[in-house]
Amino acid sequence: MNKIFLIIQREYLTKVKKRSFIVMTILGPILMASLFILPVYLASRQDDKQLISVLDETGLFASKFENNENYTFISVTTGLKEAKETLMKSGSYMLLHIPVTQLNIPDNAIIYSDKQPTLNLKGYISGVMSRELEKHKLAAEIRNEILRKTPGYKPGDDTTSVDLMSETILKNIRTDVQITTYKTDKGGTEQKSYTEITMVVGLVASILIYMFIFMFGAQVMRGVIEEKTSRIVEVIVSSVKPFQLMMGKVIGVALVGLTQFLLWIAFTFIIITAVQAAFPQQFKKTQTEQTKIAGQSIALPNEVAPATPNSITANTGNDELNEVFEAFSSINLTVMIIAFLFYFLFGYLLYGALFAAIGSAVDNDADTQQFMLPVTVPLILSIVVAQTVIQNPESPLAFWLSMIPLTSPVIMMVRIPFGVPAWEIALSITFLILGFLGATWLAAKIYRTGILMYGKKSNYRELWKWIRYKG
Amino acid sequence: MILQINSVTKNFGDFTALNKVSIQVPENSIFGLLGPNGAGKTTLIRIINQITGPDEGEVLFNGRHLHSDHISMIGYLPEERGLYKKMKVGEQALYLAQLKGLSHHDARQRLKKWFEKFEIEGWWDKKVEELSKGMQQKIQFVVTVVHEPKLLIFDEPFSGFDPINVNLLRDEILELRKNGSTIIFSTHNMASVEELCDNIALINKAEKILDGPVKEIKRQYFTNSYQVQYRDKNGIAFQMTEPGFEQLSSVLEEDICTATYRLPASKGPNDLLAVMLPFVHVVAFNELIPSMNDIFISTVNSVNANHILES
Repeated sequence: MNKIFLIIQREYLTKVKKRSFIVMTILGPILMASLFILPVYLASRQDDKQLISVLDETGLFASKFENNENYTFISVTTGLKEAKETLMKSGSYMLLHIPVTQLNIPDNAIIYSDKQPTLNLKGYISGVMSRELEKHKLAAEIRNEILRKTPGYKPGDDTTSVDLMSETILKNIRTDVQITTYKTDKGGTEQKSYTEITMVVGLVASILIYMFIFMFGAQVMRGVIEEKTSRIVEVIVSSVKPFQLMMGKVIGVALVGLTQFLLWIAFTFIIITAVQAAFPQQFKKTQTEQTKIAGQSIALPNEVAPATPNSITANTGNDELNEVFEAFSSINLTVMIIAFLFYFLFGYLLYGALFAAIGSAVDNDADTQQFMLPVTVPLILSIVVAQTVIQNPESPLAFWLSMIPLTSPVIMMVRIPFGVPAWEIALSITFLILGFLGATWLAAKIYRTGILMYGKKSNYRELWKWIRYKG
Repeated sequence: MILQINSVTKNFGDFTALNKVSIQVPENSIFGLLGPNGAGKTTLIRIINQITGPDEGEVLFNGRHLHSDHISMIGYLPEERGLYKKMKVGEQALYLAQLKGLSHHDARQRLKKWFEKFEIEGWWDKKVEELSKGMQQKIQFVVTVVHEPKLLIFDEPFSGFDPINVNLLRDEILELRKNGSTIIFSTHNMASVEELCDNIALINKAEKILDGPVKEIKRQYFTNSYQVQYRDKNGIAFQMTEPGFEQLSSVLEEDICTATYRLPASKGPNDLLAVMLPFVHVVAFNELIPSMNDIFISTVNSVNANHILES
C-alpha cells in the first residue's frame, strides 16, 4: 500500500509542476469568470423596454415596483382569467400575479409569460417583494418585542429601545419569495417551466464532469503510453503490481483534477470579485440583508407601523450575480454537492480505468483512435442528450441514461437539480459503483498484458485474448 | 540453490512460451540464460520477477515459494528499459529505489554513494532527456543494484554501452558476485558468457535444451580436436596418413600451414605430435576447445533439425 502511495505522489507532483497545468489553472478561471460576467454585461446593455402587467390581489406590492430603463410595470385590476387573455393581445411582456393567501402574507408570486423571464427581472421582483414583506414583519416584531418588554407602552414614548440584531427578530423576518413561472403559448395553455438556475446548475455540473473525464482520462491514457514508449514500465512492474501502477496513476491524476478544480473555483471568485470592484455600476452589490445596517439598536420611531428606517435601501439595478449565488440555495445544495463529488469521482474512475487500458494497448497516440471510439461515444452521447433531458428530466430516456454507468455521471447531474427520487439516485449510484468495479477489473486485465507488448499492433481480438489470459 | 524453477509451464492462449522448464541457480554465481530470440527467456525472467505467474510448476526462492516479500531481494534490468524522460535523474532514482522498498533516507544515502562511485554526482538535477543513452544506462544500472538485492537479473546489460563502459559494467558485475550476489545474465553475446558465467541454461522454443556448469559443457562438447601450425621440412608437404586421425581443415599461408585434426578417443595430443614431428617444424599447438558460440549454434540447430524431422 505504501508503494501505491509513492506512485500517486509521483503522478501528482510531476503533473502539478507541468507548465500545461499551470497555464490551464490560469486560463480556466478567466473563461469561467467570463461565463458569469458576460451575460451580466450583455443584460446591462439591453435597451428595449418591457411591459409587465401586475395583478396584485393583496394590494401591497403593485405600487412598489418602480419603472426603470428596462421595465415598465402596469397595475391591472381585472380577474386573473381576463388578465391572462389580455396578456396575449396587449403585447405585455408578462403577467405577474400575486395571489392572496390565507395568512395574508403572500410569499409567492406567479409569472405568466410566453418567454422565459430573465433572472434579472425575477431577482428584482422577489427583491421588492421580500423587502416589503420584511418591512411588515419587522414592524410586527418590533411591536411584539416592545409590548413584551414594556407592557405600558404608548406610541410617542421613545425611552425604550429594541435590539434589532437580536437573533429571534432576524430569524423571524427573514423572507424568501418564491416565484413560479408558467409558460403560456399562443393557445393559452400553461406549462410549468423550471427556472434557468436549475437548468444552468445541472448543465454546468454535467459539463464539468464531462470535461474532466475527457481531459483527465486522456491524461491517464497519455501517461500510460509515455511509460510504455519510454520503456520504464517493465522496471516498475518488477517492483509493484500492474494493478497498483494503474490505480496509482488513475488516482494521482484524479487528485490533480480535484486540485485544478478547487484552484479554478478560488480564482474564479477572485476574478469576479475583482471585476465587481472595478465596475461597480454594472455589478451593483445588493444589500440583501437590510437589517445588517440597522446594527446598532435604534431608538424607536414614533409611529411603529411603517417602520422604515433609512437603513432599508432601495434595491434596483443589476444584481444578477448575487441572484445567481442566491439561487443556488433554492436547490438542495448539500445533495447537489455530494452528488457532484460522487459522480465526478466515480465517473472519472470508471473512464480513467478504461482510458488506462486503451493506453496500454497501443504504442503511440495515433493508434488510440480505434479503441477510443467505444469509450468516448457514450460520453459524447450523454452530453448531447443532456440538452433534451433538461427539457424533460423525468422522461424514460432520462431515467435509463441516468442508470447506465457510462452515461449516468453526466445525465444524473442534469436531473438532480430538478429533484430526483432517492431510490433512483441510490440505484444509479449502485450501478455506477458496480460499473466502476467491472470496468477496473476489465481494464486491469488488458493493462497488465498490454503494457509489456511492444511493437505489436493490437486489435479487439487481441484484447479479448489478453482478458482471458491467466495471471 | 538460491533459485529453483521446477517444471514451469506458461501459455498465452494457444501459444506456449515455456514448456516444463526446470532450472537451478546456485547461490553466489553468475548464471547465463541463453537462447535465440523468442525462445521464452523474457517470459521466464518475468515469472521470476513476479510480473506474471506460471500456469504450472513452481518457483522457489531460497527454498520458499515466490512471495511479494522477495521483490525487494531481486534487482531487474530489463532488455526493454528506459526512464521517465521529463523527470530529474535524482528524483527518479529515489522514486525507483523507494518502490523497491528502501526508505527515502536510505535510498538517498546509497544513491549518493553509487553516484560518487560512477562519478556522476553532477547529473542529479539534470533531466533524463538531457543525458546520452550510455549515461541513462548507467543510471539504470545504479537503480537496479541500489537496494542490494540477493538476486540480480540482467537482460542484455551491455547493449548500448561503449567498450569502456562495458568494462566498467563487467567489473561491477564481478564485484557484485564477490560480495555475495547471484546474477542471472541473459545475453546473445557469447564472448561475455564465456568470460563471466559459471553456469548456463539454453532455452529454445519454450524448452530447456542444455544446462550445467560452463566448464563441464565445454568438456562435453570437446571433440578431441587440435590445431597445429607448422612449417614443412625439406619442402615436402605433410600428409596425415595415420588411421583414425581425421584432418578437418588445412590452410597454407606463406610457408606456414594451419591444420586441425580430430583424434580417436583413445589418443591424446602427444600421439598427434609423435606422428607429425618427424615431418614438420611445429610452430604452435592448441587444444580446440569449442566456443559457447559453436555450442549454442550446433545445439539449437540440431534440436531444430530434429523438430523438423519429427513433424
